[in-house]
Amino acid sequence: MLDALANPQRFMAFSAWATPALALLAALLFAVGIPWALVYSPADYLQGDSARIMYVHVPAAWWALMIYGFMGVASLIGLVWRHALADVAARAAAPIGATFAGLCLVTGSIWGAPTWGTWWEWDGRLTSMLVLFITYLGYLALWSAIEDEAKAARLAAILCLVGVINLPIVHFSVTWWSTLHQPASVFRPGGSAIDPSMLAPLLIMAGAYAALFGALLLANMRAAIYQRRVEAAMTRRARSA
Amino acid sequence: MSAVASVFKRELALAWRTGGPAAPVGFFLGATTLLPLAMGTDRALLQSAGPPLIWVTAALAALMTLERLFQADLEDGSLDQLLLGAAPMELIVLAKGAALWLAVGLPLAIAGAPAAIALQTPLAAVPAIVASLALGMAAFIGVGLIGAAVTAGVRRGGVLIALIVLPFFAPAIIFGAAVAGHGGFGAAFLMLAGCALGAVALGPVAAAAALRLQAE
Repeated sequence: MLDALANPQRFMAFSAWATPALALLAALLFAVGIPWALVYSPADYLQGDSARIMYVHVPAAWWALMIYGFMGVASLIGLVWRHALADVAARAAAPIGATFAGLCLVTGSIWGAPTWGTWWEWDGRLTSMLVLFITYLGYLALWSAIEDEAKAARLAAILCLVGVINLPIVHFSVTWWSTLHQPASVFRPGGSAIDPSMLAPLLIMAGAYAALFGALLLANMRAAIYQRRVEAAMTRRARSA
Repeated sequence: MSAVASVFKRELALAWRTGGPAAPVGFFLGATTLLPLAMGTDRALLQSAGPPLIWVTAALAALMTLERLFQADLEDGSLDQLLLGAAPMELIVLAKGAALWLAVGLPLAIAGAPAAIALQTPLAAVPAIVASLALGMAAFIGVGLIGAAVTAGVRRGGVLIALIVLPFFAPAIIFGAAVAGHGGFGAAFLMLAGCALGAVALGPVAAAAALRLQAE
């Protein structure tokens, strides 16, 4: 399927229906997830209702990591197999991942202020997540700094692959070091440790974030392809004038 | 003489002719002079904050020297000649990095001794600081090669290379400041050595890949 979508025409035809479908799915999942998470799920026995920010914070963190992994895979495919749209996909995913990472940091800070007594702590999880956010910014800055599109794509791909080493560090930071941030509760050996009454809305929110990422990714890629076509048309016009 | 050895000698000669370590060491010493002016003369504060601040200043000085590392070669065409040559690009990049470490990194590490003494560090802790700086500069240069290669074609890319490379400086700074602050050649020193060896081994590979793309 990836091979078939390398053709920009076929990709545009696919995304023409896929983008609104994913956007609708995201809207539905948020419509179900947000009331369930913020109102109808049980309050935490210690933290009360302030723990409900978890339903925004945790999926944002998961997806900030997974989007960077997606960018890494797309960069590898673009570098090795010269897939025509892999670089476009990586570039399109970056601002979404950066926003999720920023959202994770901000919501985590808001959650930590009343519960930990501090807005920030330089422990393993928070520091490595901040490093991931800065890596996203560096990736976006590199794309903007280089004029030649093809060269920018390849160089940014190398930068993205070098940064992939941070992903296991972020995930395992709570097991390798004693951190203020709590240890893993869902993605851990032995399965999830969260009660199903809280796990269900959490997974719904994670699915909503996923659908949102998909819709925004396809929309960004469509915009990038349109921009390429406009620039090509302008070049043709300038050359024939 | 092999191509790698001649690149190494050329880089050393170029560094020597353009003032060598004068500018980075001057910046390093000047910046560490600013710190006590800002912090006041509280001896205990200087002793605890001094070594980590020396480390951060050394990292910034390393960033200064990385900016033009490949830009000059890209502009005047010698990068193409190096790519066409028989020697693997990875070894050539490693030679450039090694020459930079000899010309700038090692003098910076040695300059860390007077800087540490000026910041009221006890004399017994100074050898650990110098050794950690020497390893740290190797780590910074190894990772900085990647940033320099990726931003080689960007005009005035100084701030960009800092943004790209600073996340990867983090492990070296964490362990290096631990060595410098608590002294001793214990576990933190081994971790720092690991960071330096990893950076030296893997940095040139990624940098060479980026340079091949730059020359297209």
